[in-house]
Amino acid sequence: MWRDHLTEIIVFTLLFLLVSAMGFVAARWRRPTDMAHLDEWGLGGRSFGGWITWFLVGGDLYTAYTFVAVPALIFGAGAAGFFAVPYTIVIYPLVFLVLCRLWSVSHRHGFVTPADFVRNRFGSPILALLVAITGIVATMPYIALQLVGIEAVLKTMGVTGDTALARHLPIIIAFAILAAYTYQSGLRAPALIAFVKDSLIYVVILVAVIWLPYKLGGWGAIFDAADAKFQASPAPGDGILLNQNNQIQYVTLAFGSALALFLYPHSITGVLASRNRDVIKRNMSALPAYSLLLGLIALLGYMAIAANVKPLPGAKEGTTDGNTVVPLLFDQQFPDWFAGVAYAAIGIGALVPAAIMSIAAANLFTRNIYKEYLKRDATPAQEANVSKITSLVVKVGAVACIVFLDPQFSIDLQLIGGVIILQTLPAVALGLYTRWFHRGALIAGWAAGMGLGMWMLYQIGNPATGKKHFAGSAFPLDKFGLDTPKTIYVGIVAVLVNLVVAALLTLVLRAAKVADGPDGTTPDDYFADEGDPRVTPGANRDAASAHEPVA
Amino acid sequence: MSAPEPEALDTARSRAKDKSPWNWLLFIPIVVPLIPALFNADSPRLFGFPRFYWLQLVWILLGVGTTTLVYQMTKKRGDH
Repeated sequence: MWRDHLTEIIVFTLLFLLVSAMGFVAARWRRPTDMAHLDEWGLGGRSFGGWITWFLVGGDLYTAYTFVAVPALIFGAGAAGFFAVPYTIVIYPLVFLVLCRLWSVSHRHGFVTPADFVRNRFGSPILALLVAITGIVATMPYIALQLVGIEAVLKTMGVTGDTALARHLPIIIAFAILAAYTYQSGLRAPALIAFVKDSLIYVVILVAVIWLPYKLGGWGAIFDAADAKFQASPAPGDGILLNQNNQIQYVTLAFGSALALFLYPHSITGVLASRNRDVIKRNMSALPAYSLLLGLIALLGYMAIAANVKPLPGAKEGTTDGNTVVPLLFDQQFPDWFAGVAYAAIGIGALVPAAIMSIAAANLFTRNIYKEYLKRDATPAQEANVSKITSLVVKVGAVACIVFLDPQFSIDLQLIGGVIILQTLPAVALGLYTRWFHRGALIAGWAAGMGLGMWMLYQIGNPATGKKHFAGSAFPLDKFGLDTPKTIYVGIVAVLVNLVVAALLTLVLRAAKVADGPDGTTPDDYFADEGDPRVTPGANRDAASAHEPVA
Repeated sequence: MSAPEPEALDTARSRAKDKSPWNWLLFIPIVVPLIPALFNADSPRLFGFPRFYWLQLVWILLGVGTTTLVYQMTKKRGDH
């Protein structure tokens, strides 16, 4: 009953309203001379310094869903769920050099999206379109998942209804407010809100990881309780350590997820919004603070085991909703007002990434579909306007996914999202280093990787839940005809095949002397920094108009 | 679009320090956290944490240390 949770609901609502007000005020923060430009609305003027970038990118990569789903995974499966930690360690040295190059070339040419870069680098509108569509499709379910995070909290507070509409009314309202201030303030809104969100999360988690072990008999007792639970369970894959069969999966999932994460349009949006290369490099040293936080949050899953938390029932009869274990743990172990703060941290934690993701998806649509195919001579003001409207459409789509479809559908889609966004790696990440690949070969590689990835995901079932397809990302190697019970992450296999196809076909196309597109960038572009002259100096020129190779 | 000013080319070239050998160090925090043989064990425990957990959290420091070192070693003199 919601009445038992009145204090929690009041604290949650107050903090939520505070943040909403900040979102609207953000339009005036670091006020631009001209908001009607995609650089301003969609990238915050490309002017964010170290601190803002830290909060923005941190708030962007570590989403509400992460905070809810990772401990849920640890609660259910144990060590395998801890992959989130190596995943978020490996990503920063990977990105350290790669995204600096992307920042420089984007700064020089006024690129807003990764597809803008591909368009110019490989002279291929088709490849750019594929990259853009891949980005949009991968991002949409990610936005929907943020709602799953909020719903877990609302459910725990007893805010439920009898009809689908009544049950979803709170998140519809929350997203309507979010849509309104994102429309008005663009990337400045999540940047400002991220300060509140992350401060709340840090406080909540620090208190939790000091107080809960003290209450539950120490860390040793917590791990022992988890161990006892997994020993007793019949499932073969769980335990507080990895077993022989899931180590390859653990490593490939961590590495593949790291590669995927920085290819996601929303991460790139966060990075491109920073002021100079230095800000990015220093942030790669500072962002792992969030990884520590994530590691501690993950262990909340074990604390929930030690505290005997029983997850709330799921959408279908007989199932349980693992995502509710962390909210329930707070409800059970802390005073109501503090649980309310924790819930607000998760709820607000959903808003920051949702806003950035919708901006990133909107930018992709505007730059690489609208401007490329629908209205070539769009002015910057028109671009900004189309992006603002698209960001609304994207959010309505995300809410519709949650209200009308089984949330499991979004979770499945997000799983697919990680695999498909990886297929843009050769064009975007390797493209930053080499122009060797032929544009036609990159398109074929993309198609091969997508096809294989989909097929592999389709083959994965889960006997425990009775799901036959799309039940996870751990592909059993015996389906390749290998005599082993080991599993591997689908995305890694798919992207390797993608690379092999792209490389072989490049050799073929070169030998056959098939025309390749022009490269619109110069080697020096990849080292440009703040203050260097831009290829597109005024607000009225942009990269897409530079059809000929420059210099 | 004309070619960038010669002066700009010089500054960009001087930044081609992205090719510094220090960058190879970045492979350490990419490779080490991906070797389960190093951390997939219970003992020794530290503050009650099995090795699997505390050692993987220690890799965070390895990552921070390496990126900080590389950043300091490759940044231009005169930069802040």
